[in-house]
Amino acid sequence: MSFVSKPRFHHPRLPRNSLGLTRRDYEGAMSTLCAGCGHDSVSAAIVEACFELDLPAHRLAKLSGIGCSSKTPTYFLSKSHGFNSVHGRMASVATGANLANCDLTYVGVSGDGDTASIGLGQFAHAVRRQVDMLYVVENNGTYGLTKGQFSATNDRVSVGRKGQRNAFEAIDLAVMAIQLGASFVARGFSGDKDQLVPLIKAALTHKGFAFIDVISPCVTFNNHYGSTKSFEFVRDHEHSVLATDYVPYHETITASYAEGEVIDVTLHNQCRLRLRKLDSDYDPGDPVGAVRYIMDRQAQGEVVTGLLYLDTGDEDLRGKLEMTSRPLNSLDEDALRPSPEVLEAINVSLR
Amino acid sequence: MKTNEFVLKFANVNGSGSASANALVARAIFRMGVPVAPKNIFPSNIQGLPTWFEVRASARGYLGRREGIDLMVAMNPQSWDDDIASIVPGGYVLYDNTFIQKFERSDITPIGVPLTRLVNKRFEIPRERQLFKNVAYVGVLSALLDIDVGILEEMIARQFRGKDDAIRANLEALAIGRNYTLETFDCPLDVRVEASDAVGDSIMIEGNAAAGLGCLFAGATVAAWYPITPSTSLAEAFERYCSRYRIEEETGRRAYAIVQAEDELAAIGMAIGAGWNGARAFTATSGPGISLMGEFLGLAYFAEIPVVLFNIQRGGPSTGMPTRTQQSDIISCAYASHGDTRHVLLFPADPAECFEFAIEAFDLAERVQTPVIVMSDLDIGMNDWTTRPLAMDPDRRFDRGKVLDADGLDALERFGRYLDVDGDGIPYRTWPGTHPEKGAFFSRGTSHDEYAGYTEDGTVNVRVMERLLRKFDTARSLVPAPVYGQDTLGATLGLIHFGSTGAAIPEALEMLTNRRIHVDSMRLRSFPFPAEVADFIRAHEKVFVVEQNRDGQMRSLLINECDIDPARLVPILIFDGFPVTATRVTELIAAAVGHGSAAGGSEAA
Ligand SMILES: Cc1ncc(C[n+]2csc(CCOP(=O)(O)OP(=O)(O)O)c2C)c(N)n1
Ligand code: SF4
Ligand SMILES: [Mg+2]
Repeated sequence: MSFVSKPRFHHPRLPRNSLGLTRRDYEGAMSTLCAGCGHDSVSAAIVEACFELDLPAHRLAKLSGIGCSSKTPTYFLSKSHGFNSVHGRMASVATGANLANCDLTYVGVSGDGDTASIGLGQFAHAVRRQVDMLYVVENNGTYGLTKGQFSATNDRVSVGRKGQRNAFEAIDLAVMAIQLGASFVARGFSGDKDQLVPLIKAALTHKGFAFIDVISPCVTFNNHYGSTKSFEFVRDHEHSVLATDYVPYHETITASYAEGEVIDVTLHNQCRLRLRKLDSDYDPGDPVGAVRYIMDRQAQGEVVTGLLYLDTGDEDLRGKLEMTSRPLNSLDEDALRPSPEVLEAINVSLR
Repeated sequence: MKTNEFVLKFANVNGSGSASANALVARAIFRMGVPVAPKNIFPSNIQGLPTWFEVRASARGYLGRREGIDLMVAMNPQSWDDDIASIVPGGYVLYDNTFIQKFERSDITPIGVPLTRLVNKRFEIPRERQLFKNVAYVGVLSALLDIDVGILEEMIARQFRGKDDAIRANLEALAIGRNYTLETFDCPLDVRVEASDAVGDSIMIEGNAAAGLGCLFAGATVAAWYPITPSTSLAEAFERYCSRYRIEEETGRRAYAIVQAEDELAAIGMAIGAGWNGARAFTATSGPGISLMGEFLGLAYFAEIPVVLFNIQRGGPSTGMPTRTQQSDIISCAYASHGDTRHVLLFPADPAECFEFAIEAFDLAERVQTPVIVMSDLDIGMNDWTTRPLAMDPDRRFDRGKVLDADGLDALERFGRYLDVDGDGIPYRTWPGTHPEKGAFFSRGTSHDEYAGYTEDGTVNVRVMERLLRKFDTARSLVPAPVYGQDTLGATLGLIHFGSTGAAIPEALEMLTNRRIHVDSMRLRSFPFPAEVADFIRAHEKVFVVEQNRDGQMRSLLINECDIDPARLVPILIFDGFPVTATRVTELIAAAVGHGSAAGGSEAA
């Protein structure tokens, strides 16, 4: 961690967004992670995305499990309520929170240990339920906080810091999310902010379960030669399939591209995503093709990144449960409690 | 003559559709104004194993379970010998004499009715033959016990409303049994029902349905649950009532969310997430689920998040006796989770109290900002009880506890989530989304200071932990006080009971008085124990603690929490999984005071 605390005054010339806020307004407490930890870059990307989206920070709730990654919600958006829950169970807490108030934006941050091992069940079911949230896994292939054990996302070919072999098949959370019906699935890299920020913006705007698997190297326990989750390896083997441009609704798209290279998608809030194909073979609307593509590339030692799958048609959990559009937590006695006459009628029916 | 004082027992094969026919008999007796206590004693099985249904009728209102069967409806050859043996001398057995049975006992009266032959003559389809045989024996009983057949007919018509064919067939089956019996036997027997007004304005309902209704009236909006006997019917009841009473008029959409979770960990996690975000949320489970929820309960305790949990206790340990009743999760709930934790527990004794305590639980959880566990059990939860009407003060508002809104935050210099502003140990909370600048905080299970910041400073942690104790002490004055049996105040012996055991206590006290053993009784309704609990114990030389577990868990809790000399508290333990009988309680207490025949203070049947 760095011991230099950030000054809190605002420079008058700091850029402001439409809410009159600066990036500083979206920051959090000082990080206590190791200097250079990938997770801090993800936090910075979240700050940038929220700033650019003009999000009022207090209308966002951030939740996490346990791990170095799960600590990060303290390090961004200090004006948002946060909930650091228990190991592997952020998904259920986020689901409950989501049901209680439909008017907030929900961001869950987890680690590969938190999600792919102890929390695999809850993750799978949050995906299936299409909980309306952004779920970020800061994936470093290791358990950082407990000092470097292999995690379940660690590739079979990846070796440990002391040369240990990894005998077990890796879980690809992005592939799993596509298979389980997530409506927005992406993979990013903490070292590629240009790619990550638009992905986060799109995911925050998307209605439904948006999953981003961010490869986020652990500089302390899994950044050595031979690790497939090191900065160097990911930088050299990253294969981006789609570049994502987030276009606010008041802007017009000016750049032009050749036919077949661009896909425009309108999101829930009328903003658009312009997806530029970097590989003309790739179709982000085809789950089977996406999974095959990712696995093929994986077999060649490549890490496929970018927006992997998008479906703007499915209902979210609240829609599936046919819920009211009013936040449940705003309803009072008059809305929730049947009258004394109803109670009396119930008593009569039980005699 | 056993008019309006008897026990009727049905022995059936599980899955044969007998349950609804048997319940019909119980409800008809209730409708005639006689208090009844039906007990469904069922196996953990879908089809084939023996299952029993007992109906105790008692004009005196003694509705604990009673052994000694006055009339046995013996429809299961598998359990025949035991069933016959459980009949009192002078009692009756109704059986299907299509298949001849021989009797070892000459002190009971056999009533053979060719049920199968009569029913098969009229009905063709095998499933119909099976179901209508049950209805036919209801007809037989209506004649033998003098149950108002008009009431039965009306109940059948109500049950199958809109399905005229079904009504006609059921009524025919009913008449087949009834007419044969009236023609063949001298009716009614000396075991019989007579119309009465002993039930007053009582209702008949299961505890789980009453608790589900309580959640509806308490304004619960989020329920997350995982199926487990005997709690499943609570979530299902909530869903049923919500679908009737919680639909938004203008849109037809639901003002509630019910999620069948992937396991109990997720169920409690969702409830906690919703509670954190300002909704009234609950889950319902039983022992195995409680074990799984432990870690989350500790989080809710430490992060101070309101959540309501219904524990419909069943026989433990482990998977235990899933379809039998016990009170054996007292310790595991009072101190659920690692570290120093304590949870508010409520102990309803009947369905009416399940309803009232459900409402109480949501207020308490939000007032105290902590989990509240409603400790029901299978006996209360899954059996119909004759119980007081469901009651709620129409002027009562929800107590949402200390929640600051935007104006409240603006009035503050600095918000501290865990500051003890009022000295009662209960801090102020805010819901996410309240204010653009103020009031956000970080909920965490890690040690934190008064401003919710992470800290490893041991003295701060001690301060927070001690405040939590102060808060628990505040809860002591908010929870429902104990209630007393009034008749023998001033005895040297006392008796403490709680939950479903209460059904057997008035009768047990009468039996004890008849044996010249005078006992004062107190029914616990909550944990933490209000101060008067210790006063009651100190006012008596010896206090029997009657409970349905092996280890005297409530006794241990009393010793631990009230700083009581263990020698004062005598364990009376009944944990065979059946609802407690007054006879058993009386025998064990008599033995403990040296008046009786049974040896020892504990008993596993
Ligand atoms: C129930 C439980 N078991 C074990 C732990 C210990 N634990 C803390 S963090 C962690 C692994 C975290 O790994 P990951 O989610 O990948 O986060 P990272 O630190 O790598 O970012 C473990 C096993 C715990 N907190 N709770
Ligand atoms: S141990 Fe690894 S994951 Fe944890 S803070 Fe350090 S670099 Fe990041
Ligand atoms: Mg990790």
